[in-house]
Amino acid sequence: MKKIILWLLLSLSASIPAHAASDGIAWDRFPTERLNDLAALQHGAKLFSNYCLNCHAAAYMRFNRMRDIGLNEEQIKKNLIFSGGKVGDTMTVALDVNDGKDWFGAAPPDLTVIARSRADASKGSGADYLYTYLRTYYVDDTKATGWNNMVFPSVAMPHVLWELQGSQRPVFAEQADPHDPAKKVQVFKGFEQVSPGTMTPAQYNEAVADLVAYLQWMGEPVQAQRVRLGVWVLIFLGIFTVIAWRLNAAFWKDIK
Amino acid sequence: MAEFKEVSADAPVSRKVTVWFENRFPTAFAEYKKHMSEYYAPKNFNTWYFYGSLALVVLVMQIVTGIFLTMHYKPDASVAFASVEYIMRDVPWGWLVRYMHSTGASAFFIVVYLHMYRGLIYGSYRKPRELVWIFGCAIFLCLMGEAFFGYLLPWGQMSYWGAQVIVNLFAAVPFVGEDLALLIRGDYVVGDATLNRFFAFHVIAIPLVLIGLVVAHLLALHDVGSNNPDGVEIKAKKDPKTGIPLDGIPFHPYYTVHDIMGVAVFLFLFSAVVFFAPELGGYFLEFNNFIPADPLKTPAHIAPVWYFTPYYSMLRATTDPMVNVFVVIVGLGTLATLLKGGLSAAGKVATVVAALAIVFLLKTFDAKFWGVVVMGAAVLILFVLPWLDRSPVKSIRYRPGWHKYVYGLFVIDFFVLGYLGILPPTDARTLVAQVGTLYYFAFFVLMPWWSQIGEFKAVPERVTFQPH
Repeated sequence: MKKIILWLLLSLSASIPAHAASDGIAWDRFPTERLNDLAALQHGAKLFSNYCLNCHAAAYMRFNRMRDIGLNEEQIKKNLIFSGGKVGDTMTVALDVNDGKDWFGAAPPDLTVIARSRADASKGSGADYLYTYLRTYYVDDTKATGWNNMVFPSVAMPHVLWELQGSQRPVFAEQADPHDPAKKVQVFKGFEQVSPGTMTPAQYNEAVADLVAYLQWMGEPVQAQRVRLGVWVLIFLGIFTVIAWRLNAAFWKDIK
Repeated sequence: MAEFKEVSADAPVSRKVTVWFENRFPTAFAEYKKHMSEYYAPKNFNTWYFYGSLALVVLVMQIVTGIFLTMHYKPDASVAFASVEYIMRDVPWGWLVRYMHSTGASAFFIVVYLHMYRGLIYGSYRKPRELVWIFGCAIFLCLMGEAFFGYLLPWGQMSYWGAQVIVNLFAAVPFVGEDLALLIRGDYVVGDATLNRFFAFHVIAIPLVLIGLVVAHLLALHDVGSNNPDGVEIKAKKDPKTGIPLDGIPFHPYYTVHDIMGVAVFLFLFSAVVFFAPELGGYFLEFNNFIPADPLKTPAHIAPVWYFTPYYSMLRATTDPMVNVFVVIVGLGTLATLLKGGLSAAGKVATVVAALAIVFLLKTFDAKFWGVVVMGAAVLILFVLPWLDRSPVKSIRYRPGWHKYVYGLFVIDFFVLGYLGILPPTDARTLVAQVGTLYYFAFFVLMPWWSQIGEFKAVPERVTFQPH
């Protein structure tokens, strides 16, 4: 019986590959070490408040939760709250949802848990998505905003960080279609800079990494504490299991 | 007052207090003896026997975490999503309560599926325990309902659209479908009315029914005594002096301390998920559910939570070609009944009429409706399992070796159906799901036949037990 169960488990583990690859370009990997960098998180908070928090709200996030990333209320109030309002308020914006829909075609979504919602089992985490998304905008005259995006084709959002990144153009290469060797397809190879921004590409990548780190943190501010606590909980339960096991053995010694 | 137990004046206080209660609430003491210290369970329980007590632990945990969630959750479509985030961020330890509840829901199904499988392999549903099994199947049905109603409450995209899909299935029922869907939804579309009534079902109605059924399940079990991995009835061999089964040991302290060990291991695995991977790759907390429900935006891919996917697979597998396969099966079944059933002439006529009626209905109603029927039948067929199994032995240990492969294939089938239910359908996947559905039902429907064939091994008189 045990052999059969083992054989079952083995055959199952061999037969559960990742999901079939979805369309669209592969997502770059977000550097997760950055989540432990308080300076990066604070820089991300600054970028978020300045660039994102006018169209997008983060209505479930309170300003004063940023104490967890090393800011005090004085700093938060002075540098990150532009519309008046108390440091205990949630990060709401004045843009009405319906106006947003009228002006952009789609209402700008709330960003509080955006990093949790954009994950895809076959492509990467939500942070991977956001990190790639914010770096793959390119000039496209056929769109109303003048911008298009490799990760989210025909997105209604313009390239808000264009001043920092400058503008770029995608480069395609022709390759044989894997499904039909007689045909050719355009495969995305990379970007080339059309006009420079105020940051070099390396600096821009750093800035976006900081911003995405902040978005990831904002999605679940308690994550670091949760993991730390989890280590102690598992240590306790490990010891408890051993004690429970020996106690059980002691009671069952007499059963023949 | 004359029947009151006396206690001497110099007895310790604890003894006096005990006797005070025993004089006024003797039932509590009698029931403790009956269900704990003098309930004799077989001594040869193995790992499969942890899952019953674990199911009870998870039930209590869901109720307690549920109570704390209800203190802060708001069942109003405009603020439900926000209230969940409020619990996650602003309520002290709210995040822990939420994760325990969401992980607990998945843990509940893992534990219950393993618990049911134990019943399957050891024949725990056989006489005299049929009613224990039936109560258990009713608990399983209630659990599915509880999970379904609870999943709408966070009011995310998957919550909303999953509810929309499932309620629309009820609309597929002929004649009463639309009114039935209206009654379930409380409105013409899933909305605030639906959220409110699902909240009432999830928090009060079904938990009360569940608790009642669990009590009935345990009382019915204790009345007939527990089965064991050898399928041997321990009450057949009792000590002539005490009347205690020779292979029985008192539940308390032996199985209470044994189950504590099980709870410890369970909590370790449970905590590993809660503290390190509460989303579990999108299976326990789906990514899409972090987007607030939008009635105007259908997700590209709507799938139920993992524990419903085997049944969802069967639902999707029931296409028009599949219904034609059912017609063929009804035909074959009718032939077999006419030739081998040993029926009278009247019986044979009745069989043919019934078969024709079923074929007529199969071809008249939508495949979508039959998909709902198949999905329901997949759960309801469990209820009649005690009467399908005609094996001369209870436990898989004494069945012919090849029976183990039939059960093993059933497990693989269930997993494959579950996996297919997560993925979007393709023609190839639908074909696999159809084969899987047919095997699932063949396992049960043909059981009266296959459970009897083969070389059965001799069942021992006493349980097999290694002292440890």
